[in-house]
Amino acid sequence: MIAANLPALQVVLPLIAAPLCLLLRREWAAWTLATAVSWMCLAIAVLLLDQALHVGPIRYFMGGWAPPWGIEYRIDALNGFVLLLLCAIAAVTLPYARRSVLEEIGRERAYLFYTVLLLCFTGLLGITATGDAFNLFVFLEISSLSSYILISMGRDRRALTASYQYLIMGTIGGTFVLIGVGYLYAATGTLNMLDLADRLAAISDSRTVRTGYAFILVGLSLKLALFPLHLWLPNAYTYAPSAVTVFLAATSTKVAVYAMLRFAFTVFDVSHAFGDIGLSRILLLLAAAGIVFASITAIVQSDVKRSFAYSSVAQVGYMILGIGLLNLPGLTGGIAHLFNHALAKGAIFMALGCIALRLRSVQLQDMAGIGWQMPWTMGALVIGGLSLIGVPLTAGFISKWYLLLGALEQEQWLLALLILGGSLLAVIYVWRVIEAAYLQPAPARQAPVQEAPLGMLVPTWLLALANLYFGVHTEVTVGVASQAARLLLGAAS
Amino acid sequence: MALGLYSYWVVIVLMMAGFYIVIASSNLIKKIAGLNIFQGSVFIFYISLGKVEDGTAPILASGYESYSNPLPHVLILTAIVVGVATTALAVALVARIHDAYGTIEEDDIHGQDESL
Repeated sequence: MIAANLPALQVVLPLIAAPLCLLLRREWAAWTLATAVSWMCLAIAVLLLDQALHVGPIRYFMGGWAPPWGIEYRIDALNGFVLLLLCAIAAVTLPYARRSVLEEIGRERAYLFYTVLLLCFTGLLGITATGDAFNLFVFLEISSLSSYILISMGRDRRALTASYQYLIMGTIGGTFVLIGVGYLYAATGTLNMLDLADRLAAISDSRTVRTGYAFILVGLSLKLALFPLHLWLPNAYTYAPSAVTVFLAATSTKVAVYAMLRFAFTVFDVSHAFGDIGLSRILLLLAAAGIVFASITAIVQSDVKRSFAYSSVAQVGYMILGIGLLNLPGLTGGIAHLFNHALAKGAIFMALGCIALRLRSVQLQDMAGIGWQMPWTMGALVIGGLSLIGVPLTAGFISKWYLLLGALEQEQWLLALLILGGSLLAVIYVWRVIEAAYLQPAPARQAPVQEAPLGMLVPTWLLALANLYFGVHTEVTVGVASQAARLLLGAAS
Repeated sequence: MALGLYSYWVVIVLMMAGFYIVIASSNLIKKIAGLNIFQGSVFIFYISLGKVEDGTAPILASGYESYSNPLPHVLILTAIVVGVATTALAVALVARIHDAYGTIEEDDIHGQDESL
């Protein structure tokens, strides 16, 4: 009974827990519930991915209504993988969040934080699990609305303006997706993704379909912060509470990338979309521009959190590069990078959250000498940074390697150079932090800076070690990513 | 033909007008109003999609053969709820911004925070 309903439980569990958190009101009760739910979701995600990989795609009909009338949840290798990533990040972020939230948001408002975080988690899981285009829009808005609230909880008043800016851009993006889905519905009369794919194949030349496709892609590009639609991201990540930055940086753009993969490969005919419209060239160009521009901007930032926020824009460029390359190694690299970058950025932002807790600042000049005072925290940040650069034996190396293979297979020498050049730029912005933390003398302070509390260090190190683990044991990430890539490309041919 | 689809013309005009207000206005409340017009145009678009020529309301009754499609209407009910939630949240944010900055003009806010 329970096993058959796992796809629904995956999304419904945090959805039910969210209002319960609101009713519990006590900080410890809300935190315990949220953490327990995130761990249960992780267990469900493992079971679902296992079934999707070994038995085949899972189809679940919400409320027993058969598609195309009812809403269908469909879990295959690709979204099973993304679900696993989301749940894993939530499961480590929540234990980490407790101390950080007490400090940055306060005990009285903490239960509200957990309520909204669970809603955001629900929205992201829903986008990933659903097989219905309109349902995807609804979950997109659930996750967006809750992330605006989460960002506005930051201590700095600029968190409010950052949240407002994100709200305006995010709503435009969401509405674009809505328009696009409307066009597709007008052309086909269905909203189920598989059904859409069937019917669109015959009428893919119509202008309605093309316009709808364009609207959906632009809307999702806003959500995933594809250069030059990334303007909301740096402020949002910089001024959000530390735990929120960790969660959003590791999940929300990744889910938007997933949604783009789903539309570009499953719903639309890939050969048509990429061939006739030349989407591949557009994506590669924007991705390349994003990698160069955002990496250079990251280098000149004095706020370390903002520097890594720009780095996120650059890394999204790598994922889109994988989509644009349109071959098996490239797509494998893109999907694996989605996972690996979440691990690297998660570890980095967690370490920055620890520093923000002790130092009350993440400005570069304030971090001088911090490496000797907070050795464990900085150690995790360095591992995350190495993975971000793509040093061998870290997770980031694996995905960049596959992207490189993809570029070489297409004989895109310029792109191959760009992938390496982007890594060199990453070396610079990671090195700035390492240099300040280890090589500059610590300023004289009244009290020495203490190491972060264990409750925050353990999750940080879990993610840092995951970067090392997945850098050596590639069966899981590359195995699943290549199966997902084969699925996407296979559906096309 | 072109006039027969006049509801779509209305949609396009509203969409562009709303979008323009969002981009061009520097008053945070006016931006929200523009966003609402923009979203409203999409609602009208969906609702006109469901209209079947000579069709009546989708309630089974004797004497009627052709009915309008109710599904887009149901979909847009959901989207309207989302729109209301977005507006409520945006207005609440603007109220907090006003508390923090004492203004809701984007230029003044930028002036107070050099980095934005």
